[in-house]
Amino acid sequence: MDTGQPLLEVDGVTLRYKTPDHLVTATYRVSFRVWPGDRFVLLGPSGCGKSTLLKAVGGYMAPTEGEIRLKGRPVTEPGPDRMMVFQEFDQLLPWKTVRQNVVFALEASGRLKGRAALERANLYIDKVNLTKFADSYPHTLSGGMKQRVAIARGMAMEPDILLMDEPFAALDALTRRRMQDELLMLWEGTRFTVLFVTHSIPEAIKVGSRILLLSPHPGEVKAELNSADSPEAALRLENRIQQMLFSEEIEEAENV
Amino acid sequence: MSSAPALTDAPRAGAMPPRLTPVDPARPEIVRDTGHAHGATVVEKPLSVAERLYNQAWLRKIVILLVLAGIWEAYGRYLDNDLLFPTFSATVEAFVRGLGDGTLPARAWTSLKVLLMGYAAGIALATLLTGLAIASRIGTDLLETLTSMFNPLPAIALLPLALIWFGLGSGSLIFVLVHSVTWAIALNTHSGFLSVSRTLKMVGRNYGLSGPGLIGKILIPAAFPSILTGLKVGWAFAWRTLIAAELVFGVSSGAGGLGWFIFENKNMLDIPNVFAGLLTVILIGLVVENLIFQTIERRTLQRWGMQA
Repeated sequence: MDTGQPLLEVDGVTLRYKTPDHLVTATYRVSFRVWPGDRFVLLGPSGCGKSTLLKAVGGYMAPTEGEIRLKGRPVTEPGPDRMMVFQEFDQLLPWKTVRQNVVFALEASGRLKGRAALERANLYIDKVNLTKFADSYPHTLSGGMKQRVAIARGMAMEPDILLMDEPFAALDALTRRRMQDELLMLWEGTRFTVLFVTHSIPEAIKVGSRILLLSPHPGEVKAELNSADSPEAALRLENRIQQMLFSEEIEEAENV
Repeated sequence: MSSAPALTDAPRAGAMPPRLTPVDPARPEIVRDTGHAHGATVVEKPLSVAERLYNQAWLRKIVILLVLAGIWEAYGRYLDNDLLFPTFSATVEAFVRGLGDGTLPARAWTSLKVLLMGYAAGIALATLLTGLAIASRIGTDLLETLTSMFNPLPAIALLPLALIWFGLGSGSLIFVLVHSVTWAIALNTHSGFLSVSRTLKMVGRNYGLSGPGLIGKILIPAAFPSILTGLKVGWAFAWRTLIAAELVFGVSSGAGGLGWFIFENKNMLDIPNVFAGLLTVILIGLVVENLIFQTIERRTLQRWGMQA
């Protein structure tokens, strides 16, 4: 892969969608670049359009303004080169076992067939330590295990970029912390590119290598920061981000 | 929830006072070893045989059936009037006789053949209508209008028309069967498709699936609980409609079905045979419901954890 080129370019993207009563602007002229191997985090409070932005990168909605390019090609529709990992536990197909879920993704997308798909699936299921549960149906798994299957499925497709939409938000705090560690370990192993959406500042600092801070209503880029590498720096960064978001809150409150 | 967005999992270091209550040194901390419960109390023990038997639904139901049969027999003997109310044993005798000389199986087969044809045609029509409803908004409107018009209309009410259009015979039977099956299946299938979660659809599109691939590989399995409900309801409607329709004009080219068997025997005042016919209707209904549909359910919905 040519590391001189950004993998993903989001260029002045404005996203609007309609609810029955309103036309909502989710993000306004957001631009950023993701390089291969980045752990790029979209961070912001609810209503900053970070999930909508991720869906647009996924190809589920078209920008009203601006352009999203993956490897220089405009994104127009969903595809297996951008695998999504959702927050919802029902993202696994309940009528397939863990292994079948991963194999089905590979076969339905035409990436691999038959034996090759099975081997690839087994490899990634093993990477997330679920080999023992490969023949279980999703409803018998815990929330954390379901998310691990979803991650294994996403990674098994070996996409250009893994899109994660608050994948750990519905987990309990202990499981969430373990999943963050596991994700980082997986990343150490393969150095895949990931675009990660979260509303938790500590999670962003822990998971991300680069953090895009978005302000709410509509989402605009407030800052693009490097993540911290030491605990002290993480604490400082956390305070800094909090102040950036907090100062805005105070301004808003004064304007009311 | 407060209006401020929850931005942190951890307490905010530095920004706010970290502790609201001071530590009280007079209160000792307590740490205990666990794991002494073994031996002291029952952690897990098998239930007694009686309890396990009572937990079997089929066993409880068989007991209920036996009790009902006993009451039937007792009342029949008390009345002692085969013309009004034959005993359970007389009914069983007539049933066994009917099975032995082949009349009941033949009649049942005649009914089932017509039923399966009507059922299949109904499923085909329902598939077509649901397909249209998924493909376009007009299709949805069409399905909704048609189902709300025809679903409340009893199939039997169409019999006179069917007679005029298709004459005596299986043609009119199939016509009313299609009517009774289609709406139930189409309604359930359509609502099943509507209730497929957005996430699952997005997952399917993420794989690059669209159109028929998305419908066949994601939507149909995801909507399967509702589809199966539709098939079950459709089957029950069809079975009732068929027997009722046969009672009215069951004879088609000399070979009538079960409904006609009941009607004939009533005319000949052979009431045990009427009861045997009814028993056959019940048995076939039970077999389809409890063996066929429940097996499908066990192999699919229960295994997938999708049972509503």
